[in-house]
Amino acid sequence: MDKFTVLSAVAAPLPEENIDTDKIIPARFLKTTKRTGLGVHAFDSMRYRADGSENPDFVLNQEPYRKAEILITYDNLGCGSSREHAPWALLDFGIRCVIAPSFADIFHNNCFKNGILPIVLPHDVCEQLMEDARMGGNARLTIDLPRQVVVRPDGTEVPFNVDPLRKKLLLEGLDDIGQTLQHEKEITIFEERRAQAQPWIPRIVLD
Amino acid sequence: MAPRTLFDKIWDSHVVETLPDRTAILYIDRHLVHEVTSPQAFEGLRLSGRRLRHPDATIAVVDHNVPTSDRTQPIEEAESRNQIETLERNVKEFGVPYFPLLSARQGIVHVVGPEQGISLPGMTIVCGDSHTSTHGAMGALAFGIGTSEVEHVMATQTILQKPAKNMKVVVEGQVGPGVTAKDIMLAIIGHIGTAGGTGHVIEFAGSAIRELDMAGRMTLCNMSIEAGARAGLVAPDETTFEYVRGRPFAPKGEAFDEAVAYWKTLAADEGAHYDRVVEMRAEDITPVLTWGTSPETVIPVTGTVPDPAAEADAGRRAQMQRMLDYMGLKAGQKIAGTPVDVVFIGSCTNSRIEDLRSAAAIAAGRKVAAGVRAMIVPGSGIVKAQAEEEGLDKVFLEAGFEWREAGCSMCLGMNPDRLTPGQRCASTSNRNFEGRQGPGGRTHLLSPAMAAAAAVTGCLTDVRELI
Repeated sequence: MDKFTVLSAVAAPLPEENIDTDKIIPARFLKTTKRTGLGVHAFDSMRYRADGSENPDFVLNQEPYRKAEILITYDNLGCGSSREHAPWALLDFGIRCVIAPSFADIFHNNCFKNGILPIVLPHDVCEQLMEDARMGGNARLTIDLPRQVVVRPDGTEVPFNVDPLRKKLLLEGLDDIGQTLQHEKEITIFEERRAQAQPWIPRIVLD
Repeated sequence: MAPRTLFDKIWDSHVVETLPDRTAILYIDRHLVHEVTSPQAFEGLRLSGRRLRHPDATIAVVDHNVPTSDRTQPIEEAESRNQIETLERNVKEFGVPYFPLLSARQGIVHVVGPEQGISLPGMTIVCGDSHTSTHGAMGALAFGIGTSEVEHVMATQTILQKPAKNMKVVVEGQVGPGVTAKDIMLAIIGHIGTAGGTGHVIEFAGSAIRELDMAGRMTLCNMSIEAGARAGLVAPDETTFEYVRGRPFAPKGEAFDEAVAYWKTLAADEGAHYDRVVEMRAEDITPVLTWGTSPETVIPVTGTVPDPAAEADAGRRAQMQRMLDYMGLKAGQKIAGTPVDVVFIGSCTNSRIEDLRSAAAIAAGRKVAAGVRAMIVPGSGIVKAQAEEEGLDKVFLEAGFEWREAGCSMCLGMNPDRLTPGQRCASTSNRNFEGRQGPGGRTHLLSPAMAAAAAVTGCLTDVRELI
């Protein structure tokens, strides 16, 4: 996983609520056995017309947003399926930070696991950031994770919250399996204690 | 100790350790694996030289991609075939118990788990699929996870999570004729919205919930995710214990009695705190369906399509108009009488034997309307066999329905079962998002009985006119 420290980039405004994971990556593209290569299908139904050509009205088909690394939306971003293909598609497109007034739980979690920083900011602040984003390529937003602020093009700063543990993992680009395995002894003790307390829990063994 | 909810009790009994920021290392009892969200996780294990910590707490099935037609033939779509073959290689390499495509026990993972007694009360259950919430009907804490977490569970038998908030949805009273668990759940989602449960685990309670059979409770918990909740729960009771008794992987004999004694301690304590409580009357719930492309767009089947002009918020007004355009509907039109092209009865929401019986009761002695394609996709090979033993297959076939093999099928259209652009579908599945059942497809979510009513009349219909 790539580290996330300070990102200064073009932001794309996508002023919609309830952007679901089917919209971010439709199910028919989930047949891959890899994590990469999904960027071309990100937002497929909004990005392409029925004949396969690009829809020029869609923000990510316009300059400078083709190179957007930040996406700003309205409430409940990433609702629906648990597919991690949604953040994989965003990441493969180049998105490293998503900003919304609220996120669906699983998508929010999945972003962190892939080095994408999800930032929760109030609706009116998201609106302001979208206004900034509409100014185009000269109006970059800076996401400063160590200081936990979004720096707007006029230099004003918007603070945001992030869970300390997740911040640490993002800053260091660490996967959390290694970290959990440092607690392997505690897991083993838990298993032994439980096997005594609830010996009836069956094992799944096929004939 | 302060009074605790059902969620609190299951949570507390699975915390291995709490990290300084309140993140828990939470022990996982059951990990369900399918072909779509697991290949990258197995690959991750392979790359890091890790093994599965507990293959004997894991079960794999193929469901999302599988054809629901003749299975003696090779799978035509190369990518689907590859995903299935990849799972088969992985379960072999990592020693994971697996129900293959041609096994009678194959089916949708959320039908198979409870049916086999793999999902039990009081457990923590995860799967790389958001509808894992289904298993909450057993009185288990069950939720969907992403693929990175799938790998984490495989390697550590735990996940990292912060405790959710407690929410209770109480439905008291008795539902009227033609009103099913699906109508109750759609009514709840219509009431609280698709983000109404975000950050919460919803416990469903009240007399109308207690009276539901296990299939109904599964329908309810299944769609908790459509209300944005992390999981849904129903407190285990005699209905639960009777359902579990004798299932292939459930505890037997004395072990079962011991288990039941423990399960009886799980119900919420008197005075337990809920962060949010929503109360509804069963008598107020009628047969309902969705008109738009979000599961919260619920209206009674006797109702009319809402008018965006009545919506104050400009953004929401535009979104409603877009939904109407996509769905090919007009503001103010009566929803009943809208012609349908396809009827899909299946999915992890509504493909159990009880669902098929309810659809068959409407289909019996009637014919699928001309020009309508009506499909029945049982949730598992076991459900299919049971239905055939009861003669339901004949009822459906005589009425002109297709009788297919088990899988996720047209719920998400990863296999060849897809809508074509503009087709309108009465569907017992769980999501009506744009393109969900096929690009350009138009989905109306409703109950199996309502779906059968749409099939035989050729349009969205109040099922009460047929009972």
